[in-house]
This record gives sequence, structure tokens and C-alpha cells, in this order.
Amino acid sequence: MYEQFKSRAEGVGSELHRFSSRGEALNFISSFLQQEGTRNTPGAYAVWAPGRFLTGVDTARLSAEIPGLSFTVNRETAADSLIGVSDMDWALADTGSLVADQTAVEQRLTSTLPAIHIAIIGTDRILADKAAVFTKITPATSRYIAFITGPSRTADIERVLTIGVHGPKRLVIVLVDEMEGVAP
Amino acid sequence: MKNDFKDSIEKAVNNANLTGALGKFSEAYKVNRARAYEGIDFEALRTVIAERKGYAATHLDQMSADFTRNAEAAGARVFCTSDPEKVKEYILKVARDNNVRTVVKSKSMATEEIHLNSYLEKAGISVGETDLGEWIIQLAGQTPSHMVMPAIHMTKEEVSELFSKEIDQRLTTDIPQLVEVARRELRSKFLAADMGISGGNLAVAETGSIVLVTNEGNARMVTTLPKIHIALVGIEKFVEKFSDIVPILDALPRSATAQLLTSYVSIITGPSPNTDGSTKELHIILMDNRRSKMAADPKFKQALQCIRCGSCLNVCPVFRLVGGHVFGKIYTGGIGTILTAWFDELKKSEEIQGLCIQCGNCKEICPGKIDIPELILEIRRRLVEKEGLPILQKAIYSVVNNRRLFHGMLRAASIAGRPFTSGKFLRHLPLFLADLTDGRSLPAIAAEPFRDRFQKIKQPKCSEKAAFYAGCLIDFAYPEMGEALVKILNRAGIEVVFPEEQTCCGAPARYSGAYEVAARNAADNINALLSKEVQYVVSACPTCTVALAHEFSSTFESLGQSEWLPRAKELAGKTVDFSTLVKKLVDDGRLTLKEGQQLGRITYHDSCHLKRTLQVAAEPRQLLSRAGYELAEMFECDMCCGMGGSYSIKLPEISAPILQRKLQNIKNSGAQVVAMDCPGCVMQIRGGMDQDGAAISVRHSVELLAEQLENPRG
Repeated sequence: MYEQFKSRAEGVGSELHRFSSRGEALNFISSFLQQEGTRNTPGAYAVWAPGRFLTGVDTARLSAEIPGLSFTVNRETAADSLIGVSDMDWALADTGSLVADQTAVEQRLTSTLPAIHIAIIGTDRILADKAAVFTKITPATSRYIAFITGPSRTADIERVLTIGVHGPKRLVIVLVDEMEGVAP
Repeated sequence: MKNDFKDSIEKAVNNANLTGALGKFSEAYKVNRARAYEGIDFEALRTVIAERKGYAATHLDQMSADFTRNAEAAGARVFCTSDPEKVKEYILKVARDNNVRTVVKSKSMATEEIHLNSYLEKAGISVGETDLGEWIIQLAGQTPSHMVMPAIHMTKEEVSELFSKEIDQRLTTDIPQLVEVARRELRSKFLAADMGISGGNLAVAETGSIVLVTNEGNARMVTTLPKIHIALVGIEKFVEKFSDIVPILDALPRSATAQLLTSYVSIITGPSPNTDGSTKELHIILMDNRRSKMAADPKFKQALQCIRCGSCLNVCPVFRLVGGHVFGKIYTGGIGTILTAWFDELKKSEEIQGLCIQCGNCKEICPGKIDIPELILEIRRRLVEKEGLPILQKAIYSVVNNRRLFHGMLRAASIAGRPFTSGKFLRHLPLFLADLTDGRSLPAIAAEPFRDRFQKIKQPKCSEKAAFYAGCLIDFAYPEMGEALVKILNRAGIEVVFPEEQTCCGAPARYSGAYEVAARNAADNINALLSKEVQYVVSACPTCTVALAHEFSSTFESLGQSEWLPRAKELAGKTVDFSTLVKKLVDDGRLTLKEGQQLGRITYHDSCHLKRTLQVAAEPRQLLSRAGYELAEMFECDMCCGMGGSYSIKLPEISAPILQRKLQNIKNSGAQVVAMDCPGCVMQIRGGMDQDGAAISVRHSVELLAEQLENPRG
């Protein structure tokens, strides 16, 4: 299912990176943020929403190491961020989609306003299709269920596909095989 | 048809930007859609959707009650109304109560339907559309021309002009740059807005959820950034169960934009937290506006199965020529015609319904399984019932309903027309006694109709008999096709009988909404064709075949003349089209085509009724290949030729460019012969090819096959 997910996700313009441990994934994200020029200037911040991946991670140390990175997500920081990082709950192999309960507004802000969205997901969370995920999600507990399939796109001018109209221009999917291991 | 409507058609078909953009899109759409549906059983999927949406549409009260209860339990405020004015008042009141000065909107056809923007603007509230296409047309002061792609009619030059004016800066026509401008401009509007207004692609009764399907991400912002969210949902958007979302999400993006899934889908159930920690004020307005009346109409209730994908526009040969500003009001194209007739009023659809050529493309791809062409005919029928037929048509149909008079006039025309005949063509065929127009030559009325020639054909006596239903064109314009058919059937040991009392199949009357006339034609034909003991009733005209096999019953049913149904069904059971019968005879070894012939390249044009109603496409191809032709498929082989019976007479400005496209595709195939199974298509395409001057012969399959019969053994 991973192969299908990868090909479908890349097919809609997502970038995919797979790591065996959280440590490796964290290294990747840290260097990605710095490479993309995250810094302590409005417009160049990075915001990271709470989630499973961060369990046990020393976020204070991270924000000290990476200038412009904040774990306090609000309207202002998100609007001035270049990059948003958040966990997703499920991935769908047949459409290359990511699914998450985004009731908490931080989840939506990080995945909506910045130009780049880094979406973290456990490899074990890949499901076959929508029918499978509909047995896992329920509106009884999730007020805002979000499906994200590739970056924001439009074809409203002359049917020319153009990426990044309102939402993120890049969707970077970070797959982690060992999500439960010791915190990096 | 009024002159200003004719003018708007003329203007649209001569707008190269428009027809170019729509044409290119529709060509690409067909291919991309097919790719998106790979591995999916579309028939099974749309059967589920039709059932689920159909269930909701027939239980609207229950859906409304359940939805309201569940959405309110989740914390939303639900307002139900049938009146568009009340919708606007409610939204304005919420805005006033909260000192709202600016609103951002994501795409909502329901708000377009009730002209919400101008209402709020008049009340001093600034309204910003945020869907790129909607924003473009808002800046241009226009209405959407397509349900999914509202600004498809505009060029990048026009968009650049609009944006330049809006931001007071000279912009290039570079599309990514224009999109970036929209991103920047609208971002500040999102962040500043006091209220967000969205539509809803689905409303789930059992959970009180609304579902938003978008690509740009604007709906996520509209529902996240402002503290108040109002969703305006037409009650046709109900589904009963949460799991019903799945099949609709399987179909909607594939059918709308040939995507497996859109970039974003949001399922919102009750209010979620705002960015300042407060809880959002979520209002859901359930708008009826004649939808429940539609649901109560036995014919039209199926229109509520629409999922608003717009695919009926994308495959329509007329829409791609004229676009949504001609073909529609707020809702456009095929389904738009139906929605306009209901949400607006029947009379408002009078002109646009006439644009439908009844090719059936939309019915074939509709994920809601809506018989759009049939519903448009029903609108036509009701319009005629209410407003009556135009005087000229009334005169024509009074003739068509009197077989002796009708045939007498056709015979007279063959004499009257003779001085004007040039070669095989003449310019004005008084078929249905109307003026015909340029762009194609038309056949002369035969000096001797088939019914007279038939008497002279020497046939073997056979125990197996078939009644031949000629139809007007073969009888009076192409009798040689009828002779070819007799020759073929005789060779297979079938004797042909020709019931003299047969008359027009009633299709022209039915397609004009004159069902009473069509019913008289049906009754006369049933009497004539069931008067002889025959195994088959065979026709070489698909339109006539469809009339005999399907439409007689449906016409009687529409008029409540159920006493005719048993005999109409008896006739339908015996009716078969030419190619299907001949294929069977060949397969059964009763008919042999010459072996080892090399007859060169041929291309085959699928006639609308044969392909889409009778579902016959392989048979004629197999027969022609077997006869020794090398099949070279043309592009869009099953796209309408623009004939559409009297359509080509009523709307020559649309019929002609559709024909030109067909001729080009035939020529591009490199074949020397184009075959088809319909004498109407032959008339259109042969006439077009004659004027074009290309050396391609246009033939009915029946003629080609009759030339390739193996001589009988012994």
C-alpha cells in the first residue's frame, strides 16, 4: 500500500520522504526548515502544531536551535509563517490523500496559511481507501475532519493547472515507520 | 426564438476565445475523465449514488428534521426556509447583530441562485468572493458560465486587465503571476473578514455534517478564519448516512475535473474553536426554493440526484460552442436548463431548453443517473401544453398527422424541387415544410419514393417475414437504402413486407414537445406495423427505431393514454435496428459476406440514438470489417453530427459548426469512406462533405453491406 500511496501522492504534486525512526525524520525536518530559510522574521517563521510525533520531544531545545520556529500556533504566527508542520491521522493509498481530525484550530492554521505544509504520518496509518477511513473517523468526536490531497491548486484561468492559490504551495509528506520509539 | 437570443448565440459561436477554450477543454475532459475512472465500475457507482440521493430526495422532510436535530445537538444553528428572501434577511440579520462589515465567501451556487452578493452589498456589507474563478467574475460583474469553472469563458488577457485595475498596477498575462496576485490580495481579505459564507456539497442527515469539496483551500479559510460561518445549503444536497459521503466523493471530483480527489475535503459538524479560543458561530441555512415541489413531481424528482459536477456541460456539443452565458441562467447547460425551469420558472427555460440537441452524451456520463435529455423534452412538452406551439409548427404538424396529405405533399415536393436539383443535391428540401439553410447541400426528394419502388421488387417467398419501417428519409429521400435492406434480408431467407399505412415516427413532433401529434403518429404506426404477421420490425434509421422501441410507450405514458401501452410494447418487442439484425444473421451463418476483399480505409460515425439509446456500436463496425474494410477510427466518433432532426433547421448557427467539426474529424481519419447507420446523419454529413468538396464518400452501412454479399450457393 505504501507504493501505491507514494505514487498517487506524488502524482498530485506531493513530496514524499520516508524514515524508519522519529529521530531521522526530525533531523530531516530540522534541516529542511533551515534550508528553506526559516528565520525570526515575519513571513519566514515556522509553526509546529501539537501532535503524536512531538510526544517526548524537547520542543524548547528545538525552537532554540531553529530560529523562527515556534510551537505556539495562533492566527498571527501562522499567517506570518513560511512553513507549517502538523501530524495527520490517516493516509489513503488509492488517492494519495491525508486525513486528520482538525477540530483544534492549530491543526488547520498550520496546514492552511503557510506556503509549505509538512505533514507527518506513521507508515502504519496508510489505509486502502475512503471506505476504510470512514470506518475510523466519526463526526461524533471530530468537528472538523480534513482531507488533504496534494498542494492547493486551481485551473480557473484558461484551465491551466496552477499550484498554490490560497493554501500551501508545497505539501511535504514525512512518513515515519517507527512512530512509537524513544523520543529523539 | 427571440432575436436577441439568436444574436447571443451568433456572438458566442463567433467568439474564437470562447469556443477555443471550451472546445479544447471538452476534448481533454473526455480523455482525462476516462483515466480518472480507470478501475472503477462507473455503472455500479452511479447506481448507488442515484439510490442514495434518490432516497434523500423522496424523504426530504425526514432529512430536514434529522439534519436539524443532529446539527443543533452539535451546536449549530439551523434555519429552514423555502423562501430566498428569508434566506437573505436571515443572513443580513446575523451580520447586523454581529457588526459584520466584511464577508468572505467560498463558492456557492445557492448564493448565486438568490443573488445574495448584491443584496448584502446594498446593505453596506462588503462581500468578497475567494474562489479564483468567482473572484474573477465578481470583478468583471458577470455571472458564472460554468458550475465548476465559473470563469472558463475568460482569457488570461481579460483576467490580467481586471486584476491590473483592481490592484492599480500593470500586470502581465503570466498565469502563475496572476494567481499569485489573487493569493496576496485575497489573503488580507480572509484575515480581515468578520464572517465567512460557504455553500455545501453535501449535508448528512444522521450526523448534521456539511461537506465542502474544493481545490484552492479557500473554503478551509472561510470556515476557519472569521468568527462566524454561515453555510447555505439547498435541500437537494441531503444524504441520509455519513457513509453516503463515500460514493459521492468517489464520483464528484472524477466527474467534475477528472481528479481522483480534490485537494481539500472538509467535513464540518457543529462549530469548532476560533483562532482566539472562542467557539465559532455556525449557522446552517437549509433552502428549499421549489426543490420540494420538484421532488414531488414524478418526472423531475430524479433531478435532485444531481451532485453538481458539471459533467453534463463538459460533454455537450452545444455547450462547448456557446458556453454558459447563452446556455443557461445561473445554472448552466443541461442540468442548468432543468434547474432554471424549476428554481426560476418554466417560462425562463423556454429559450435555453431549445438548445438541447438530444444527443444523449450527458445521460451517459451523469453520475446521478439523471436522464437529462428526457427531462428537457418534458420541459418542452409542458411548455407546449402551457403556451401552445408556434403557428408555423402547428401547421406543419397538422400535415404530419394526416398521412395521406403529408405523403402527398412530399410527392409534390419531388416534382416542385426538380428544377433546382444540382446533381444529387438541392438547396431547399421541404422536409417538414420548413426553410433550410446554408452550410450543407440537401438531398432531392426522390422521384419515386421507396413505397412505390417496393412494389416492383421481386422477392422470394419465405416463411420468415420482417416488416420494414422505412421512416420519412428513406422512404422519400433515400429509397435506395430501403432497396439495399430488402436485398440483404432476402439473401438471408427473410421476406420483407412494407405496411403502406406506416407514417412519420413522430420523433420531430416529440422533440418539439408536441406529444399529442407524436401520439397520433405512434397509434397510426402501431396499427400499420402490427397488422402483418412478422417476426421482426426492422428499421435502418436509429431515430425511428428508438421511436418504435422506446418512445411510443413513453409518449403514451406522458399523456396518460395507457390503453395503447400493451400494443406499443408488443411492437417494441419486435423492433430491431438494421445492424443488430444483420450481425445476428451473419453470426447464425444465414448470411455470408464476400471473403478476402480489400476495400480500403473506412471510418465509422456513431449516430446518437444508435450508440446511446440502442447501445449498438460494435455490430456495424464488425460487419464492415468483415466485408473487407479497414477501420480507421476518427476522433470523437460518437459525437453528434449536428443534425438532430429539425434542430438543424431551427438552430443552423449551432448545427453548422458542429457539422464542421465532424467533417474535420472524418477527414483527419484518412479514410475514403465514412459509414453510418442513420439516414439523418447521412443527410447532414453527405451534404456537408458535398459543400466541402473532399473526396470522401458518405454511406449508410446498409448500402455498403449490400454491395458485399456473397452470391448464394448453387
